[in-house]
Amino acid sequence: MKDNKDVNSDDHNENENIEIRMLLEAIFLKYGYDFRNYAKASLKRRINQRMTLSGLEKISDMIHNVLYDRLFFDKFLTDLSINVTEMFRDPSFFLSIRNRVISELRELPYIKVWLAGCSTGEEVYSMSILLTEEKLYEKTRIYATDFSQAALNKAKDGIYKLNDMKKYTSNYQHAGGIESFSDYYSTKYDSAIMNQSLKKNVTFSNHNLVTDGVFGEMNVIVCRNVLIYFNRELQDNVFRLFMDSLCEDGFLCLGSKETIRLSKYSDNFEDFIKEEKIYKKRMISDQTVDPVPQVERLDGSVIRKSSVLISDAIKKLDELQSLINTVNIDR
Amino acid sequence: MNKKYRKKYEAVVIGVSAGGTNALKMILSSMPADFSLPVIIVQHLHPNSKNDMPDLYNDSCRLKVKQADEKEGIVRGCIYFAPPNYHLLVEDDRTFSLSVEAPVNFSRPSIDVLFESASDVYGASLIGVVLTGANNDGSRGLKKIKDGGGLTIVQDPDTAEYPSMPTSAIAASKIDYVVPLEDIVSVIVKLSETGVG
Repeated sequence: MKDNKDVNSDDHNENENIEIRMLLEAIFLKYGYDFRNYAKASLKRRINQRMTLSGLEKISDMIHNVLYDRLFFDKFLTDLSINVTEMFRDPSFFLSIRNRVISELRELPYIKVWLAGCSTGEEVYSMSILLTEEKLYEKTRIYATDFSQAALNKAKDGIYKLNDMKKYTSNYQHAGGIESFSDYYSTKYDSAIMNQSLKKNVTFSNHNLVTDGVFGEMNVIVCRNVLIYFNRELQDNVFRLFMDSLCEDGFLCLGSKETIRLSKYSDNFEDFIKEEKIYKKRMISDQTVDPVPQVERLDGSVIRKSSVLISDAIKKLDELQSLINTVNIDR
Repeated sequence: MNKKYRKKYEAVVIGVSAGGTNALKMILSSMPADFSLPVIIVQHLHPNSKNDMPDLYNDSCRLKVKQADEKEGIVRGCIYFAPPNYHLLVEDDRTFSLSVEAPVNFSRPSIDVLFESASDVYGASLIGVVLTGANNDGSRGLKKIKDGGGLTIVQDPDTAEYPSMPTSAIAASKIDYVVPLEDIVSVIVKLSETGVG
């Protein structure tokens, strides 16, 4: 038997789902950030956390705050970008880059690496250290991108908690590092400041995987633990974006629990190191690949601009109509 | 919504921490081969644990034991483990999703994260189980399962290798069954077949 409590709980759940959709729609229309195709369970957790922290009772209460309180929105945006990362996270991945991928890159005249969803930059400095040690850094350009400006600013600063350095040192050593890790940063109070030289060849830039376009001719794309937050459809769009941004024989590196094998672009990539989720772009004839669905790339700012133009045009038409009416009456 | 349909249970979630390997060996080896629900397990492990934990139980369990994959569809009669260092969540379409959000209750995977998201999806059709452990992860999640109309089971703390996790769960909400470890499977099996324990 279904008692009242169950009914209420079903009802509550249904309402919450509606409220979440409205909230995400409001964010998209107002700011152009598109979370509508994010996996819902984890999104819901973060929404509920922000709601509780702000002393709000319902998710729909957040819509007002998001629209009218820019500071609130910025805080919420930071919640929505998962900024949990570490240097040389999954050491075996970096060890594989060092032992297997680097030799493939050595012959190239110039190396372009895209760290997509670089968050607060720990992975950027890890990659810079690795490339420096492999004597490839001078001919490399690293593009470090994230949709969160707050995260990007932290990445640019390159200042981390001194407490975390012990763990990062251990990761570095497991990733095949043989230098003294502490040579890569200076300490001040309880902070570790990464050496300036490590960001010499890094371009930090704001890029949204959901709404922004191709980032050209990369030799390596690293995007780890970002796609797990997207639904299947959005994952496919991003895989397409990566495919179009990679040059021939380019490498795509995903998180340990992510795979391209369930995507419709699976055939466009071969396993390079299967257990580390390192793929290599395979050249196949263009006919087999669908054109990019253009509408997916319309971002909120374009929509806002066009709606302003349309409402201006309507206003002008109205003015014109009333002018015609006056002229007619005068006659 | 159809009442008859809602009477049946659709999934079991289990949370276990310190002392978990022995407890899970006992539970999983006594599950019948024709068990009709999916079983989703969060076991606290060291973040650097190998990915092959489920192998430990596969030999002694008559059901398929595997690590949950991102976007994988949840199938009846299969035992799923959260991968080390990821939170495991359930989506509306009965698939898994993963997250590397900060640890919850110092744990990733966290029992509360799994229980709360599973409760959102399964509501009254969910059975939640808390076993041995030395912290309080799972208490909040089990309360949410109960509040959502689901059924809750806790290992009798007197029979737990580490009693704090069961004790904390019992303190946090009214538990439907507090039973010794060896009786947990028979309660779950009976519930899965008849809808009543």
